[in-house]
Amino acid sequence: MELSTKTVDPVLIVSVNEDRIDAAVAIEFKDAMRAETLDGPKIVVLDLSTVNFIDSSGLGAIVASMKHMGQDRTLALAGLTPTVDKVFRLTRMDTVFSLFATLEGALEALCNRPA
Amino acid sequence: MSSQPVSFCVTFSVTSGVFAARKALAKLLEGLAPLQLDSEDPDSIKMVLAEVLNNIVEHGYPNPQKPGPIGVQCTLVGSGLDIALTDTGEPMPNGEPPIGNAPNTNVQFADLPEGEFGWFLIKIKSTFPKRATGETQLRPESRSYSYL
Repeated sequence: MELSTKTVDPVLIVSVNEDRIDAAVAIEFKDAMRAETLDGPKIVVLDLSTVNFIDSSGLGAIVASMKHMGQDRTLALAGLTPTVDKVFRLTRMDTVFSLFATLEGALEALCNRPA
Repeated sequence: MSSQPVSFCVTFSVTSGVFAARKALAKLLEGLAPLQLDSEDPDSIKMVLAEVLNNIVEHGYPNPQKPGPIGVQCTLVGSGLDIALTDTGEPMPNGEPPIGNAPNTNVQFADLPEGEFGWFLIKIKSTFPKRATGETQLRPESRSYSYL
């Protein structure tokens, strides 16, 4: 599972370079997220724009990543494709995360500056 | 199975394992292509079947050294799809699927759910375990499922 990161002060952007986060890669994803967010900015935006499918394992891995970051930090999700967005809403996880349609929108809202 | 005439049916089998769910979903959607489903339908099918397939892989065949077959049979019944998944692995606890309650988000940060999403998604996006036609596919000796 390959993640790429970029810092747009004060936000760390983590991009998922895969088209799915499912049971086959959920643990790998969780480990990679843990490594990328171990230290650093308090606000992390997970860019999901390349992800076309997520299952319950992937969803659980994202929740676990947020919990690992700790309550004093924020994990926001950006660029949700329609199918991924649906899973978050159906499971009510949209109430747990801040969801943004685009990465630009997330950055604007979280740090008042364009990407 | 149902006694009414079958006009469309996709049948195949995959072997359990890490990529079994991906493989089965891709194969099924490919097989369903002639039906030209609305975009909503493949989404629901993927959502539900991924969870059922994951369950079979994780709990039906828990030992990766001892994989087994997962049969997929999808039949067009009226305007619905009747999808049956069968396996020869470990049975459901008590022979029944979990209730699939909604994940509880009204909890402390540390207690936010990291699981429990699967059966809830199955329940709200399919008619499982109710069946509109035919006999029930849920057999206590295996984790066979069916949804319409």
